Amino acid sequence: MKPFILAIFALVVISFGANQILLNSGFSSADAGTSHENVRLSN
Amino acid sequence: MIRFLSLIAIIVTFAASASAQEAAGESRASTGGAQTLADILERQEGLKVDETFRSEATGNPDAAAPITNQLGTLGGASDPELWRAYRFGSADISTQSRGPAATTVIQDGGMWWLEFREDTLLTIAVYLLGGTFLALALFYLVRGKIRIGGQKTGRTITRFKAFERFGHWLLASSFIVLGITGLFSLFGRKVLIPLFGHETFSFIAVGSKWVHNNIAWAFIIALIIIFFAWVVHNLPDRTDLRWLAKAGGLFGGEHPPAKKFNAGQKLIFWAVIVLGGSISVSGLSLLFPFEYNLFGHTFSTLNSWGVPGWFGASDLPFPLQPQEEMQYAQLWHALVSLILTAIIFAHIYLGSVGMEGAFDAMGKGEVEEQWAREHHSLWVQDVLGPDDNEKEKV
Repeated sequence: MKPFILAIFALVVISFGANQILLNSGFSSADAGTSHENVRLSN
Repeated sequence: MIRFLSLIAIIVTFAASASAQEAAGESRASTGGAQTLADILERQEGLKVDETFRSEATGNPDAAAPITNQLGTLGGASDPELWRAYRFGSADISTQSRGPAATTVIQDGGMWWLEFREDTLLTIAVYLLGGTFLALALFYLVRGKIRIGGQKTGRTITRFKAFERFGHWLLASSFIVLGITGLFSLFGRKVLIPLFGHETFSFIAVGSKWVHNNIAWAFIIALIIIFFAWVVHNLPDRTDLRWLAKAGGLFGGEHPPAKKFNAGQKLIFWAVIVLGGSISVSGLSLLFPFEYNLFGHTFSTLNSWGVPGWFGASDLPFPLQPQEEMQYAQLWHALVSLILTAIIFAHIYLGSVGMEGAFDAMGKGEVEEQWAREHHSLWVQDVLGPDDNEKEKV
């Protein structure tokens, strides 16, 4: 039973951990889908 | 008078029909180079239409009248020509978003995907998962629970170590959550919105997406764990042929000898590794949209080998627009996931209600010695040693 509970705990830790890592690494959908440059100025 | 009017009506009806048939067969020259009724009808039927006649007709800016002329500011492309340039990807587009797909303003080939995803894919899911569930229920009714045949010894053998069970449960729990949230996404519009309404489904959909995207990492990690933990025990050998020839004793008769994993379990293992790996790769492609394009390169390679021709099909589409890459990845991800889910249904059945003593292997890690002798006789010999085994027989 312990491995099962540990797996569920790991599932939660990995899920929240992965989310935080991706958000802080610039992989959020907002970061990946938009540009900070102004299209009118740069073009 | 009525007869006369009826005659006129019949003539007009047939004349209009004949005119339409003529129009369908009319040449490009008769429309001044524009599309014909035949093109429109073929497109409506979902047939492939040769678009070369208009894909290049996007105007000529160099031919624009000078700005000193009265009409000079109109440029060298008409509105239809500009829209064609959008549709066929030749327009010079600047966007605030700099993603790879940002400059595809019109994606011309997405309707077949939408129709397949909204209709055919759901039908496949219902038949595959529902059919597997019914088949297992029928098998249970006919065969019943597979009991331990001999006398129980009261002794147990360690079947799986804690680390193996951790890997299994991490994979199983993540797969179940991924399956449920995936089905929420797949059936949301057709089933959940009519049942719960838009607002409730919005909450479910946002939550499902977050959970699905982030638990995916646990699934990938668990897949790697179980691969390295069990690959040695899942290499095929001669005992598998004998096991398969007797269908593992599933339908009665004696249980054929098997090592730690029998041929059925090996098939499940490799299905999980290959299909789970494929689901992971296509999932990563969807998780980082437009970054990892899998299908364009694959289609190009298959075309160069002539693979579609082996099946009498025409070449696979290439090159693909960024959105098309995502559409193929979504379909592949969903279809392979559905196939693996159906296989896992059978695995869950045999590991729980279908076989006495099987759940203990993953539940406690220890199995009844008699169960092990019946289902994994060669493995028991390895674990207990030939001497102990002979003693037990005596």
